[in-house]
Amino acid sequence: MDLSRRNFLKCTAVAGSLGMVNSATLVQAAHRRPVSPDWLGVLVDTTVCIGCRRCEWACRDFNQMPNKPIAEYEDKSVFDELRRPSATGHTVVNRFDNPQNPQRPYYVKVQCMHCNDAACVSACIVGAFSKDQETGAVKYEPWKCIGCRYCMAACPFQVPTYEYSNALTPRVQKCTFCFENLKKYGRQPACLEMCPMETMIFGKREELLEIAHDRIRKYPDRYVDHVYGEHELGGTAWLYLSGRPMWEMGMVKFNDTPIPSYTETIQHNLFKNFLPPLALFAGLASLMYIFKREEERDESSEGGEK
Amino acid sequence: MTPVRHSVAEPVAKKFFTPGVKVLLTLFGLGVLFGLYRFIFGLGSITHLNNQYPLGLWIGVDVATGVALAGGGFTTAALIHIFYRGKYSIIGRPAHLTAMLGYTFVAFGLMIDLGRWYNIWHPAWPAMWNGNSALFEVGICVMLYLTVLYIEFIPIVAERFIGNSPKWIDGILRFLNRILGKVMWFFLIFGVVLSCLHQSSLGTLMVIAPYKIHPLWYTQILPLLFLLSAIGVGFPMVIFEGIWAAKSFGRKIEMDVLEPLARMISPFIGLYFFVRIIDITVREVWHYVLEGSLQSFMFILEMGLGGLVPMVMLFSDRLRKSPKWLFIASTMYIVFGVLLNRVNVFFIAYQPAYKVSQYIPSIGEFMITIGLISALLLCYRIFVTVFPILPAERKTA
Repeated sequence: MDLSRRNFLKCTAVAGSLGMVNSATLVQAAHRRPVSPDWLGVLVDTTVCIGCRRCEWACRDFNQMPNKPIAEYEDKSVFDELRRPSATGHTVVNRFDNPQNPQRPYYVKVQCMHCNDAACVSACIVGAFSKDQETGAVKYEPWKCIGCRYCMAACPFQVPTYEYSNALTPRVQKCTFCFENLKKYGRQPACLEMCPMETMIFGKREELLEIAHDRIRKYPDRYVDHVYGEHELGGTAWLYLSGRPMWEMGMVKFNDTPIPSYTETIQHNLFKNFLPPLALFAGLASLMYIFKREEERDESSEGGEK
Repeated sequence: MTPVRHSVAEPVAKKFFTPGVKVLLTLFGLGVLFGLYRFIFGLGSITHLNNQYPLGLWIGVDVATGVALAGGGFTTAALIHIFYRGKYSIIGRPAHLTAMLGYTFVAFGLMIDLGRWYNIWHPAWPAMWNGNSALFEVGICVMLYLTVLYIEFIPIVAERFIGNSPKWIDGILRFLNRILGKVMWFFLIFGVVLSCLHQSSLGTLMVIAPYKIHPLWYTQILPLLFLLSAIGVGFPMVIFEGIWAAKSFGRKIEMDVLEPLARMISPFIGLYFFVRIIDITVREVWHYVLEGSLQSFMFILEMGLGGLVPMVMLFSDRLRKSPKWLFIASTMYIVFGVLLNRVNVFFIAYQPAYKVSQYIPSIGEFMITIGLISALLLCYRIFVTVFPILPAERKTA
């Protein structure tokens, strides 16, 4: 705190009347939002998944989205290209090579990661995204949304999608953590209930991390020694165990700094107690006063030539 | 404290329906048709936006560039009323009008882009404020600044209609004018403060995408760069519109004001250029300049034609004194230095990991943007015809 305060004062002094606050040096002093030990999460073991895509079916079924008969999900040709969640499906499974055992490829399920310190929550102009403090789910309230899609630009996982074809009431679409079930009954998301392989485990995030590290300890040959989502961007509710690094399987390699600290450090320093704007106002008012006095003196000494 | 008194201005007495105006009306009409299509069939029917590229031409040009180019309003206001340079007062009203119309059309452009445009008022509702959001900061400051710009316009309306309108309107205008005369200094400074805040916060917007923005543009000092370039583009915009309006209305170009104004541009472009060079050096990303990608090409274009060239041109006394070269240099900085920079930041440098192909705006997106610009130019022409904006033409040269 002290460090950022000193930096802030220094910056304000340098920036002076131009009102530039260079926060570059402040990013490292990243803030962290409190993380509750009760927050829930899901541990995905990508070495277990067989790519049956029943989770995709269950997701559409629960969220009442247009769906296909479950048999059509057997179609393996969809794995030929990398797919992403869309406005008509919150989750997709992608296939990746397993160098150790080509007969047994890896499958990676993708959906909203429900970040501890989510970019969308920080970015949204009207607070349509919020972190549910009880469950840890990142939820979206369409009635607040203005449809600016800044959340989509902000999300490092590129998860939120948009109903571009809806002319009047388009929504941002993303995994809801099956929020109604979660909040009311403490029930796991629909995709987990459907999974025939128990690829995913539902529980408190902290307990899931213990399970994950336990598995890595027990089967060091099966897993890389990294739980994706444990520290990435300040941590996510969805965690991944994998036989190859996740950034070789469609995920991006991130560092541990939560996305909001990049912008919020700048924002909060520019507006700390409204002092910088007020200082700028006072500075400009003084300048106005000084220059006006000068001008009037000149005019009177020159005998009002102008 | 009272603001600098304005030199004599009067409405332009010229024929309204010139061929140029007819072209603008046609483009505006086409824009309206495309706009109707967008509102009836949705964003997906007309734009090339997708889940990987959520922000496109309308945000990059209509909104972000619009806000930057309307920056002539606050830089001119600061020059005339805060730094008290009375000799520039003849450019005050045109610059103010450009800012007022510019921001109004930013709001229109934004509404076209918003999926739920009817909720555009939500950011003004305290229960929905999100102080963590840079976009919220931009939104609230732009709303306030637009209000300030309209308040600052009241004296011009008063000047036009006091003494030649019904008694009750006359009374209201006289009353408002008297009050504003006393508090105008507050709005003038408030407007400059609001501008500094949102011009910089507009740069903060993309700081939220560290893993998507190309390293040549991604820096923590984007807000500083946006602010510096918004200040830098203010006078070029005043010069651009001053020369254009003079040509268009067959008036004398006010070189005795525009030339000294132009002297102040190069130092600002230079400062911006210098800060960027330092930033790129500190972040050690120079090697991206020669990577041969679309981004490296755009960067060279931006820094060369939009930075170095106009800066050097405007340092030259000879070029600055020639209306033609002054116009060219100003236009280069506006187009390549600022417009291209905003376009680059919002969708050329934006390289999401899962992109399928580079976003290129659709015909419909272009037509709506062109329609908006045409409407803005038409409004400008209407305003200068109705209100005393442009300086009264001197009888003897």
